[in-house]
Parts: sequence; C-alpha cells; structure tokens
Amino acid sequence: VSAVENTTGDADSLIAGYSPLPGVADELIDSSGQVRPVWRDFVGFLSSLNHDEVGQRFARGDQYLRDAGVFYRQYGDALAGERDWPLSHVPLLIHENEWAEISAALVERADLLEDVVADLYGENKLVAEGHLPASLVAMTPEWLRPMVGVKPRGHFLNFIGFEIGRGPDGKWWVLGDRVQAPSGAGFALENRVATSRVFPDFYAEANVHRLAGFFRVFRDSLQALRTESDSRVGVLTPGRLNDTYFEHAYIARYLGFDLLEGEDLTVEDGRVMVRTIAGLRPVSVLWRRLDSSYADPLELDETSRLGTPGLVESIRQGRLAMVNALGVGVLETRALLAFLPRICEALRGKPLAMPNIATWWCGQAAERAHVRANADRMMIGPAFSTRLPFDMDDATLLGARLRARGGESLSALLDTDGVKLVGQEAVKLSTTPVWHQGKLIPRPMSLRIFLARDGAGWRVMAGGYARIGGTEDASAIAMQRGGSVADVWIMSDSKVDPTTMLPPPAAPYTRAEPGVLPSRAADNLFWLGRYVERAEGVMRLLRAYHIRLAETAEPNAPLLRWTRDHLDLYDIDPADGVPEQLRATLASAIGSASRVRDRFSVDGWMAINDLAKTSRRMAATVKPGDDAASAMSVLLRKITGFSGLVHDNMYRSMGWRFLTIGRSLERGMMMASALAHFADPDAPDGSLDLAVEFGDSEMSYRQRYAVATGRRTVIDLLACDDHNPRSIVHHLEELRDQIELLPGSPNRNGQVQNAHASPAARAARLAHAGLFAREPDTLDEAALLEIRSNLAELSDLLSSAYLS
Amino acid sequence: MRYDIALNVTYEYGRPVVGGRHVLCLAPADLPGQQRVVAASLDISPRPAERMRRTDFFGNTVEEVAFRGQLDEMEMRVRARVERRTPPAGLDISAPLERLAAEIMSQRTLGPLSPHHFTGPSARVKPDPAMTAYAQELLAEDMSALDLVRAVGLALHRDMKFDADATTVDTPPAEAFAARHGVCQDFTHIMIACLRGLGVPAGYVSGFLRTNPPQGEKRLEGADSMHAWARAWCGADAGWVEFDPTNGIAAADDHIVIARGRDYSDVSPVKGVLRTAGSQTGKHTVDVAPLAD
Repeated sequence: VSAVENTTGDADSLIAGYSPLPGVADELIDSSGQVRPVWRDFVGFLSSLNHDEVGQRFARGDQYLRDAGVFYRQYGDALAGERDWPLSHVPLLIHENEWAEISAALVERADLLEDVVADLYGENKLVAEGHLPASLVAMTPEWLRPMVGVKPRGHFLNFIGFEIGRGPDGKWWVLGDRVQAPSGAGFALENRVATSRVFPDFYAEANVHRLAGFFRVFRDSLQALRTESDSRVGVLTPGRLNDTYFEHAYIARYLGFDLLEGEDLTVEDGRVMVRTIAGLRPVSVLWRRLDSSYADPLELDETSRLGTPGLVESIRQGRLAMVNALGVGVLETRALLAFLPRICEALRGKPLAMPNIATWWCGQAAERAHVRANADRMMIGPAFSTRLPFDMDDATLLGARLRARGGESLSALLDTDGVKLVGQEAVKLSTTPVWHQGKLIPRPMSLRIFLARDGAGWRVMAGGYARIGGTEDASAIAMQRGGSVADVWIMSDSKVDPTTMLPPPAAPYTRAEPGVLPSRAADNLFWLGRYVERAEGVMRLLRAYHIRLAETAEPNAPLLRWTRDHLDLYDIDPADGVPEQLRATLASAIGSASRVRDRFSVDGWMAINDLAKTSRRMAATVKPGDDAASAMSVLLRKITGFSGLVHDNMYRSMGWRFLTIGRSLERGMMMASALAHFADPDAPDGSLDLAVEFGDSEMSYRQRYAVATGRRTVIDLLACDDHNPRSIVHHLEELRDQIELLPGSPNRNGQVQNAHASPAARAARLAHAGLFAREPDTLDEAALLEIRSNLAELSDLLSSAYLS
Repeated sequence: MRYDIALNVTYEYGRPVVGGRHVLCLAPADLPGQQRVVAASLDISPRPAERMRRTDFFGNTVEEVAFRGQLDEMEMRVRARVERRTPPAGLDISAPLERLAAEIMSQRTLGPLSPHHFTGPSARVKPDPAMTAYAQELLAEDMSALDLVRAVGLALHRDMKFDADATTVDTPPAEAFAARHGVCQDFTHIMIACLRGLGVPAGYVSGFLRTNPPQGEKRLEGADSMHAWARAWCGADAGWVEFDPTNGIAAADDHIVIARGRDYSDVSPVKGVLRTAGSQTGKHTVDVAPLAD
C-alpha cells in the first residue's frame, strides 16, 4: 500500500464525501456548496495527513485529557461515575469578523439582562408597565423574595454564558441565557489545550485568538471587588458530587482562588470567614458555582445542606460580593424568553441584535392559541424550567410527539396547565464537521460563549465551548445523551496576541502566597494519609500471612493463628483473599482524596483510583495462599507508587503537612500494636521475623545484626532506631517536627497561640522524648500500647485544634 | 381589645451546639388600622453575640441573632401589650368567583400584598388533587370569593378533628388531610391548598389567641400555644380576608397577628439550622390576657 493511497487525500476528496443535511446550515460548507474561506487552510492541512497520523494526533489529545484528569460525571449512573471526556478533535472555526458581530449582539443582551434583573429585584417597573406579567415572576422559583431590594456590590451579573445556535437561514439565535452558575469556561480551556496538542504545528502558525487574556481580566476584576485588602476571593462549589466539580477545582487552581464549600464558611458580624487551620480568615468575594437557593439555609431554601447561614445578611450589609448575585437565575426561566424581545423594544427602542429562540408562554390566551395551532413545529415543556431547549428532558416534547402520546390531549393540557407551559420553536441547528472513521461528517451543534466584566464593561472570551450531537438528531446534543464537545477557534487574518496567564516578564518577581488551608481540606488530607498508611500496613500483614500459609498449608499453625488475632484488630479476615475491610479502607482514602481534588496531583488521583480498581477486580478471584500473597505484592507496589508520588512530588504546603502527619500517626500506631503483639515473649516461633517483615526491614536487620532475630534487636530496629524510616521513633520525630510547623491555632477566647505552646505540640514532644530516652529492653507490651494510646490522643488533639 | 402577651420559647440540646444563627419571628406586628403594639420586648438568653432587626419581604419584622461558642440551651421571652381593633365586617364587597381570575391579572404589582405570591405552590403547600376536589364540592351558584373562603373554613372545622398529638411541625398537609386531623398549622395549610386549588390566592398568618374566653363562651382551640390561621385575597375591593379554620370563625379581636406569609416556612417562629448530631427539644408557653378597658 503506497503512502499516497493511505492519506486522506487532497482537500477536494475530504470535502467531496461531506454532504450537509438538507434544510440546515453547515459551518464548513456555505449555501452555495463551497468550503467557507475560514476553513480552507485547516481542511487543507487535515487532508495532508495520513490516517495513522490522524489517529496518533487524536490519541495525543486524549492522552492529555486523561493525564489532566478531565472527566465528567454521568448522572443516574452511580457505578460508572466519572466518564472519559468526549472531545471531538476537529475544532469549530469562526472568522473574527463574524465573531465581532456575535460579540456585539451578546454584549447588548448582557446589558439588557443586567437591567432586567436589576428591575426585578428593584423597582419592578417592567411589571408595573405591563412588559412582564406579575404572575409569571411570582411563580418563578428562581425569583428569590429575600433578595428583593438588596443591591449587590457592583453588578448583578459579572460572568455569564450564552448558548447560541445557527438557524437554517444562517443567522445566529440565542437558545438560552446561562447566568446562575455557568459552566464550560474551564472545560473550554481544557479543550483548547487538548486540541492544540492534536494540531500543534498548525495551531502555532494559524492566527487563532488566545483564551488566557479573558481569564486574566476576569481574575483581576474579581480581585478588585474585594472590600478588605487582606480578604480573599473564593470559588464556592456545591462539592464533589456535582457534575461539574472537576471544572470548579480546575478553574480555582487556574485562577489562584480558594475552592470553598458552604461548610468551610461562617459569618460573623456580617463578615464571611473561612474556617482554616489558622483560625477564621475573611473572604469578601465569592464566585458562585452553586445555585442561589442553596446558598443560605437561613433565608433561602431551608432544606439546603450546602449553604452557609448568614450569607444573605452579609450581602445585604455590602460585606460580600457574590458573583453572580443571588437570584439572577430568574433570567434563565424559559418563559422569560417570550418577553425579552418586547422588553428590549421597550427599554432600548430597538429589536434584539440577536433574536432568542421564539417562545410563547401559555399562561396568556392569545399565546396559548398560537401554540395550540402550531404545536407540530414546537417543543412544549415546563415554563419555569431553566434548562436549555435542547437539553430535552422527559417533560419537554415536540408538540407532534406530545399529540401522538394520546391520553390527555395537548389541547386539554394547554387549558388546564397553560401557566406552567411554554412552546418553543423547534429550531434546526447548524451542523459542523466531526471526524468519523476516516472522514468528516456533519453533526448538529450549539455553542456556548462566555462574557465577563472588566472595569470598562463586558469582555467576550475569544472562543467557546461547542456541544455536538452524537447523531443527526439535534435533541441528542447533551453530553449525557452521547454528545461530544469541541474547541472553538476564532480565526484572525493577522497575527494574534499570545497572552498567557503568566505575568509579563517585566513585572517584578513575586512568589505567590500559598492559599489558606480550610480545616475541611486539612481534615481530608490528614485522613487520606491515615487511610493509605493503614491500607499499606494491612497489605504487609496479609502478605506475610499468606506467604506462611502457602508454606505450611496448615491454617491452624500457631503463628497463623497469632497473626489472625492481630488482623482482627483491623477487622480483617484473611480467609478472603482481598478482604472487604481492606477495600473499604481504600474506598475511604478515595473519598477523602476526592474532596481535595484541587490540592492533589492528577497522577496521585489516578494512582489511588487504579489501586482501588485493582483491589476490586482481584477480590473476585484471589484465593488464600500464594495467590493472595502475590496479589498483595502487586497492591503494595501500587500503593508505594502512590506514596512516592505524594511524598516526592507534592509541594511542602500546609496540606502536605497534614497528609504526612496522618501517615506518621498511623504508621507509628500500627507498628506499636504489631510489636506489642509479635514481640510478646509468649508469641509463637517466627513472630519476630514476621514483625521485621511487616516493618519492611529484613535487609536493614541483616546488615545491622548478623544474628538470628531476637527480641531486643527487633525492638531496637523497629521502635528505637531513628535511622530506620519504619521505626516508631522516626515517626514520633516526624510528628514533632511537622506539628511545630503548624500555625498557632486560636484558643477558646480567640487568641492565637504559638504553635510551639499548643497542646498537640507538647504532646508530640513528650511522646518523642519519652521513647528516645528508652532502652529497647524496657519496651514491654504495656509500654508499646501506651505509645499507641498516646498517638491516638495526639490525633484527637490535632482534630480539635485544627480540623473541626 | 387590649392584651398583655407573654410568650416563652426554650430549646434544649442533648449535646451542646456551636455557633447557632437564627431568624426569629415571635413578636406581635404593628398593623395600622388593625393592631397596635403599645410596648414590646424580646429577651434572649444566653445573650447573642449578634442581634439585628429587619423587615422581611412580606413586611414582617424579624430578628436575626447569632451565638458564638457552645450552647446547650436557648430561651426567648416575649412580653408585649397590644391593642387589637379589627374593623367590623361590612357588606360582602368581594369579587364574584368567576371574576376573581381577571381581578388577579389586573394587579400589576409584586409588592408584599400582591395576590400573585399566593396562587402557586409554596415551600410547604403544593397543589393537591384531593384537597382541590374537596373544595370543589363546596362550590355553589353565584358564590363570591368570600363565600367560598367561609365555606372552606367552616367545612374544615366540621370535618377535621383537632388533635395536638397527631401531627408534627413537618407533617405534609396532604397527610394530615387524609387523616382529617391535626393542629392549627395543618388546618391552615389545608385551607390554603383548598383555596389555591380553586384559584383563590391564600396565605398563612401566625399569631396568638386570647387564652381565656369572655364569660360564658367556649375556650378556643390552640389558645395555650402559638396559633395560625389563613388569609385569602378576595378581589381588588375586598382585599385580604382572614379566617380561622381550626375554630371555624373569622379572625377578629381575639386573634393577634405576628406575621404573614405564603405558608409556615415564611413565618416559622425560630429559623436556623443546627449542626448537631444530638437531640433537641423545643417547647413554648403562651399567655394572652385581656386588659380591662
């Protein structure tokens, strides 16, 4: 096969096989059947690649996304959990001239929405003058009465998104306004990085507008909203179970803001404070990724467990800037789209520069009649829903389908429940090329565009987030329904400004101040350290057990019984090859890690997930004995890989310190228990060897003591030798040193104590000094168990001082 | 009529709670033309670290309080002298039922008295086919809105059993309705659902009842605790009308208003999430003594 036959051929042949669908616009091919000029170079480039090359390039992009840990969460599928990111590798190309028109229209719309929402929470002139029915506003769940009369600091809207689509006539339509907590901007960044890795050569030369400048401006404008100079900016997330949590963590890290959950915050005298390991620290700007009604259970949804009591009062007092303001979600209500065109005419004296999808609210007689008469070309759904028209839910159906469903007729439904329904024109979305089995095929798409305020006004991100249908059916555009996403390239005719998030080279060098560590994050890191260490210790014990079981084949041998007694301490039954309790410990470790994704490397995250996955897989087949011993060896290699990643690569932040404190505590406690048990004078033969094996110290032992294992030497090596990284004293020393470096924590009266004088620091010093001064001979079972209980006490002291 | 009102609310926590924040809605309202607060005080112990007063969306006065540190109990004491003068019931100027929808539509306002807030579902009162059907049975020819309000209130008084132990503060109205029993909160929520089901805007009033009846009259149900009744919007001319379904009477001089909202959630006396694993018990006592004029 010659190389020529194997390439995708010239641009003409790549295009020849591409046929736009009848009756819809296409992004690549114009109405006269010609390739749009903005695509020509890219299509030419793509057709110059052979199939293998294309595959390798796409794989490079996918690899990046996997390495970066980009995923999405499939709702309603608890088992599947996180899915691979469905990137469509071919970007959507739009010329900057067309983009300028889109941008201008959307800036106008953004200003209009600001005026509308300010009126809805202010004077209510739109209602009084008859531009909006009072009943519609009153019934909208997102119109939050406690926010009426509350003026935000700055504006109601600071960061918004618009979902737009191109109709058959080639014109763009607004499909929906995203103002509550618009997602996608972070994903757009990741799509850009991945796509630029697929086409690095072409991207470098092509004049594609860059994204970073947009984020820098937005970051600066959030900083400027602060009221107190020492206060911080936070990203408020509903937490790890949200489908876009990854994006919250990603964007917080990218912008250098704290990722906060409601329980991290408390309000004192109108000031919002983060609970940190160093006491309360003020926050005066929150970029909210949480729906408004959940933000404050005291004044908004009383059932919310995600919010912070007192937030609304803080906003009322002007102490907190919430971005976007609480209550702006009212703008997302589908039925509102029916009134915006007239509101624009009334407020601006001209029509919307970009129309929104034609919408009729069936709460009015004339509109209801229109929907009834034209139902077959409409989508009919809940009027107060804030979903986009193409995020079809079971409640939204094409009129034709609704009519066909039988039972309650559409007409009767409109009569009884008209107030709750809207009809929306079923717009046919344009198609854009996607790569499918070696060629380009057209698929429907919609486009999300982001706007942020800077000091002067709105800035439009030069790019976006394209959602592409998995089939020719535009209703399957949602990712949850098999759709994919693509990068959006705004193409310039001249060189573009290559802005990055890094400060300009001329700026003076400053080391970024590390963020405050919320107590919740510290707590999760601490427990992550403990769980991982416990899992490792249990694996070592199990391996030692199964090796001996394989040798003797006699489960009732004294040493095996003795070992089972010890494993019982951890609820471990070695009769199962990979005991359930071990898997539960790993699951707890993942639970803790998932709550601190923003502080945790992607590699570490993947490593620990891989570990849990492997242990689950093994559990089904592994048998006690040799089989289990080698399974434990595999798991141990993986878990030490994880520990290596964390301890070699993680920045020595306060977060790392809590992780390492958790690890040392657990390791010290496990070793003290193991020695108390296996170095007991009554322990069966072979117990001391097993202890040395548990301590992973056979080599050191043989090097230091060229003799058979004896109690004194084993205790010396595993408890008292500070050069042995598995010895108890080594970990007591580590604990003492790390605890001294923790910030002083405030006492009951709010005074910050010197960490040095804290009860935890004193206890750690005492524990270390006590063991350091001991002769190995004097460390009997009671002394070892006392060390263990001292460590447990130390854990409690740390928890009450820093972690709650 | 003038009253001296004493309300004590106490909460005891099985395990101390940390840093509570509450919104309190406990004191009688000042309602020009209907109810005048001569003097009122609200004492709270332990002393809150923060305390501020404001007016909520529906015009009720609420106090937000916050505590620092540990708390194992909390006590609130209201003392108030109130003068209550409800205007005498005149002619029925409420809208005929068939015109009510149009009158609602004509109200181009979202102010606190606007009927629009009271037509749709609210936090605790959702549309319910059983209650709507029950109310439909009460419809008669040429009814005015006020006729319907009275009919629903009297029917509930007739068909439902007052039972202080049958329901809790979180019992859904549909459940209480199915069993035809409950306390004033249940009666009121059910009446609201019935009225909204027939297109009559309806809301919730929290308040007090005169504790001891005038000589020779029956003691009213709910007189020894905080009380609740319903209000309904009966057209542009009649406006809001209040009716007590627990006792089957129009709310008048024996009813002292604390607050008004769409349902209990808007006016609950002590709001605030307590992050506690332990138990909490709340109780309150009320005394509403008429003063000799």
